[in-house]
Amino acid sequence: MNLKMIGACLIALLTFAVTPAYSEDEGQRASTGGAQTLDDILARQKGLEVDESFRRENLGSFDNAQPASSSLGTLGGFSSSDIYRGIRYSESDIKVSNNGHAAEILVQDGGMSWLLTREGNMRAYAAYGIGGIIIALCAFYFTRGRMTIEGGPSGQTIERFKSFERFGHWCLAGSFIMLACTGLLLLFGRSVIIPIFGHEANSAIATFSIWVHNNIAWVFMASLVAIFVMWVAHNIPSKLDLVWFAKGGGIVGHGHPSAKKFNGGQKLIFWMTIVLGASVSMSGLSLLFPFEMPMFAKTFAMINTVLPAMGLPTELLPHEEMQLAHLWHAIVAITMIIAIIAHIYIGSVGMEGAFDAMGDGQVDLEWARQHHDLWVEEEQAKGAPIRQVGDVR
Amino acid sequence: MKTMLAAFAFTIAVSFGAYFVLSEMGFSSAEVQSAPSVRLD
Repeated sequence: MNLKMIGACLIALLTFAVTPAYSEDEGQRASTGGAQTLDDILARQKGLEVDESFRRENLGSFDNAQPASSSLGTLGGFSSSDIYRGIRYSESDIKVSNNGHAAEILVQDGGMSWLLTREGNMRAYAAYGIGGIIIALCAFYFTRGRMTIEGGPSGQTIERFKSFERFGHWCLAGSFIMLACTGLLLLFGRSVIIPIFGHEANSAIATFSIWVHNNIAWVFMASLVAIFVMWVAHNIPSKLDLVWFAKGGGIVGHGHPSAKKFNGGQKLIFWMTIVLGASVSMSGLSLLFPFEMPMFAKTFAMINTVLPAMGLPTELLPHEEMQLAHLWHAIVAITMIIAIIAHIYIGSVGMEGAFDAMGDGQVDLEWARQHHDLWVEEEQAKGAPIRQVGDVR
Repeated sequence: MKTMLAAFAFTIAVSFGAYFVLSEMGFSSAEVQSAPSVRLD
């Protein structure tokens, strides 16, 4: 008998413990006359998810209007609170003289999480990521030293990249470096430039940075397309790349792994540049033409069809679209900056003879044989000219 | 190196060109976002 009583008590306790979330809310809501409760306020202050449908949908109605003869009759069916809630949740029919749907949104609180993310995690991860890769590369350089041509330069050169290839590469590289520098100046302006140089200096730097950023972006996008067209055929992944990665590009074991025009590491950089470059360009275009190219709601809808568990929002306000585009733009750009710093290292101080490929296009034949042996064989089979160092071209 | 410098010069030229072309075509945010009743100049 006692066991049955204890069991019944336990079931009753569990029932009340599991189900009260809804009924408790309903009870508290009733006690506040349908308004938000202290729990709602505390949850919002803690940054927790709060179901605000009880406010969002409580916008008044003509049906609620008191008769004109009553003391509140002149207010009609909409109280001031009802009207403010309509503005607060962008449910009211707002008329403005500006162009565009965006101007009709009078209150939008997503800007706070955008600001906190940009001033918090975004800056921190950018600083850690960029600082980390620079420290790692310096450590690698001072422990392993510069990768040299085994046996020294041959004194003969072969053309690695033609003029139009180098032109396209440097348009992409030059524009990317300027975009990266100006983007970082804009990201760190408030936290670094203002404390050191003051508000006026930051204003001038930010004005210059956004001008350069907005206008040089066209060169980046055009040269990204050019690079893709020029080199995609040489960057199709193959089994050779797996061997290249297994040997760490020559760092693991002895000898250099075979490669054609581009090795596994270069293909990785190529596809990273193309995919992330396309993504950063899309979000950049969305920012260049504010409110005219929303893309996140559509992207989220596509993701939800593949991964329904994600449950991403598919209805976004114009400002939310811009906030997401801005955050995504920075995340992708910072990832690219980190990878490109490593690319610049290996293409300059990290490897003897590597810069020549994009410098004057002529690389040492021995360097080419060590890093791109199959490509050299192909070029020589086609009769590519071999030059002596010092030849006047 | 000449190719690199030429690419950088081209990049600067296109940037200025983009600025003037887009401004002339009325793509500034001020022009795009304001209604006809707003006088910008």
